[in-house]
Amino acid sequence: MSDLATSPAAVPGRAHSPVGDTLVMIRRAVRLSRRNIDALLTAVLLPAMIMLLFVYLFGGAIRTSTEYVNYALPGVLVLCTGFVSAQTAVAVTQDLQEGIVDRFRSMDIGGAAILAGHVAASVVRTVWAGVVMLAVALLIGFRPDANAFEWLAALGIVQLFVLAVSWLAAVFGLLSRTPEGANGFAFFLMFLPYPSSAFVPIETMPGWLRPIAEHQPVTPVIETLRGLLIGMPGTDRAGVAVLWCTGIVLAAVAVAAVLFRRRTS
Amino acid sequence: MTTDLAIEVAGLRKSFGELSVLSGVEFGVARGSVFALLGPNGSGKTTTVRILATLIRADAGHARIDGLDLVRDRHRVRRRISLTGQYAAIDGLQTGEENLRMMARLCGLRGGWARQRAAELLERFDLTGAGNRLVRTYSGGMRRRLDLAASLVGQPSVIFLDEPTTGLDVRSRQAMWEVVTSLTDSGVTVFLTTQYLEEADRLADRVAVLDGGRVLAEGTADELKERVAGQLLDLVTVDSAAFAAVTRALGDRAVALDRAALSVAVPTDGTAAHVRTLLDELDPGRQLLRRFSIRTATLDDAFIALTGHTATTPQPEKESARV
Ligand SMILES: Nc1ncnc2c1ncn2[C@@H]1O[C@H](COP(=O)(O)OP(=O)(O)OP(=O)(O)O)[C@@H](O)[C@H]1O
Ligand SMILES: [Mg+2]
Repeated sequence: MSDLATSPAAVPGRAHSPVGDTLVMIRRAVRLSRRNIDALLTAVLLPAMIMLLFVYLFGGAIRTSTEYVNYALPGVLVLCTGFVSAQTAVAVTQDLQEGIVDRFRSMDIGGAAILAGHVAASVVRTVWAGVVMLAVALLIGFRPDANAFEWLAALGIVQLFVLAVSWLAAVFGLLSRTPEGANGFAFFLMFLPYPSSAFVPIETMPGWLRPIAEHQPVTPVIETLRGLLIGMPGTDRAGVAVLWCTGIVLAAVAVAAVLFRRRTS
Repeated sequence: MTTDLAIEVAGLRKSFGELSVLSGVEFGVARGSVFALLGPNGSGKTTTVRILATLIRADAGHARIDGLDLVRDRHRVRRRISLTGQYAAIDGLQTGEENLRMMARLCGLRGGWARQRAAELLERFDLTGAGNRLVRTYSGGMRRRLDLAASLVGQPSVIFLDEPTTGLDVRSRQAMWEVVTSLTDSGVTVFLTTQYLEEADRLADRVAVLDGGRVLAEGTADELKERVAGQLLDLVTVDSAAFAAVTRALGDRAVALDRAALSVAVPTDGTAAHVRTLLDELDPGRQLLRRFSIRTATLDDAFIALTGHTATTPQPEKESARV
């Protein structure tokens, strides 16, 4: 009963490997996210519902140069992956609130590993959400004309966007005191794609809104996707999309590092 | 830098804004011993633990663990300590086994070894049957045990336990006490905080009483009890007027005043002569006192004498619903 030293491989003074720690944290976050049934249902059902809503309810009223389901899919993809990634904020706040971050820190696990775990889980979640969305879209008439390379590029853009939103969400999670507060970030993300070309062509918006819609980060992401998946013009904006997302990732990682240190000292 | 002290603390100060929580805390903890930091709510127990576990920095003073400076050598310190916080820090959505295996991996154990270590600890903490259930379904006592098990995965040499039995029922508390006692058999140093005098009395080799930001007294439980006097004469008065008269006559010799029970205690050496003198002095007309008895002072008496107020007595609380 009292013998603690039975496992020979346990070396009390061993050095940490940041990579090893991060892998453990990723597994943890993916597992937690998979078992969080509410969040999982939201991640899978919401995209499907939004898709149906837009195509059948609004689709008839909105004029676009192609079938509306083709026009709307990239927007719905961005809206929903954004929403699903935003749940990262709640996971981060919960960890801080429940003291497990203290335990990890007292074990010399860095904040980077903990946050990276949640971001990775977010990426995994959005892959599933994306698969469901595509399946629904194909069922209701989505007809992409992308070759293998274009599919890969589209996947890359979406994942880069997911990374950007997830790191932003981590920042928001570090700023909020309660999981409920952190949840607010998801709602902010829900509305971000509306003033963009996601659901209605920008030309139909009032003049003052157009420059905002044209230059906000979501628009180039959506237009690039449209270019890649359904062959509409837009792939020329891929550079801007990549710049926006990479910039956001870098800035958010830096801010998260500062906030983590401040929040935990 | 070898010393027989596992923890050395000197001149520790910490304020949160205007609120000064620690104002010059000092103590030392011998290697392989159990040390209890005893204090009422808000006295700074958790703050002290968080400083020692390298989670926050003190404003002034210094502290060493195994001779290592908490700030300069904090990465090395972290490999020697483990922290079991006041609230269980384990994942409700992982099973007990998964939680332990995760901790084992973080401590550098590979797959098979991690699994073996998790199994050992589940067994040791009587959780084998629940190992494959989500922690969310555990009772408060089980969660506490798992939490402690998780902190032992890396075989630390100094273990911090912040209020390990608060909120547990009598049986779970007893089980936790047994575990803590067994820890020192394997040579680790245990630093625990508690609001319960009985707990400090049962577990700790040495006790420090923390109140008002300072350590008011430090020593073995017996030494602290003797601070009050080895023996106490308990007096029960006939009514509140008598109570007032007796306590007035006692002045600051009065120890355990209980207005509701009309009782008060006074230190004595326990001899018949001294007791008789006291009784005659306090109640010359032989009308004020209903009963008297003599008892050995408890840690409670010491606590009250030192801090001027009562400590909490253990009360089985509802299991807290944190997951
Ligand atoms: N991060 C913080 N910011 C501001 N005040 C704090 C902070 N942490 C603790 N305090 C305050 O410091 C005081 C001491 O808190 P601490 O948690 O150390 O007490 P404690 O002895 O552990 O109490 P308890 O028995 O309730 O756990 C309290 O008044 C608390 O409100
Ligand atoms: Mg506390």
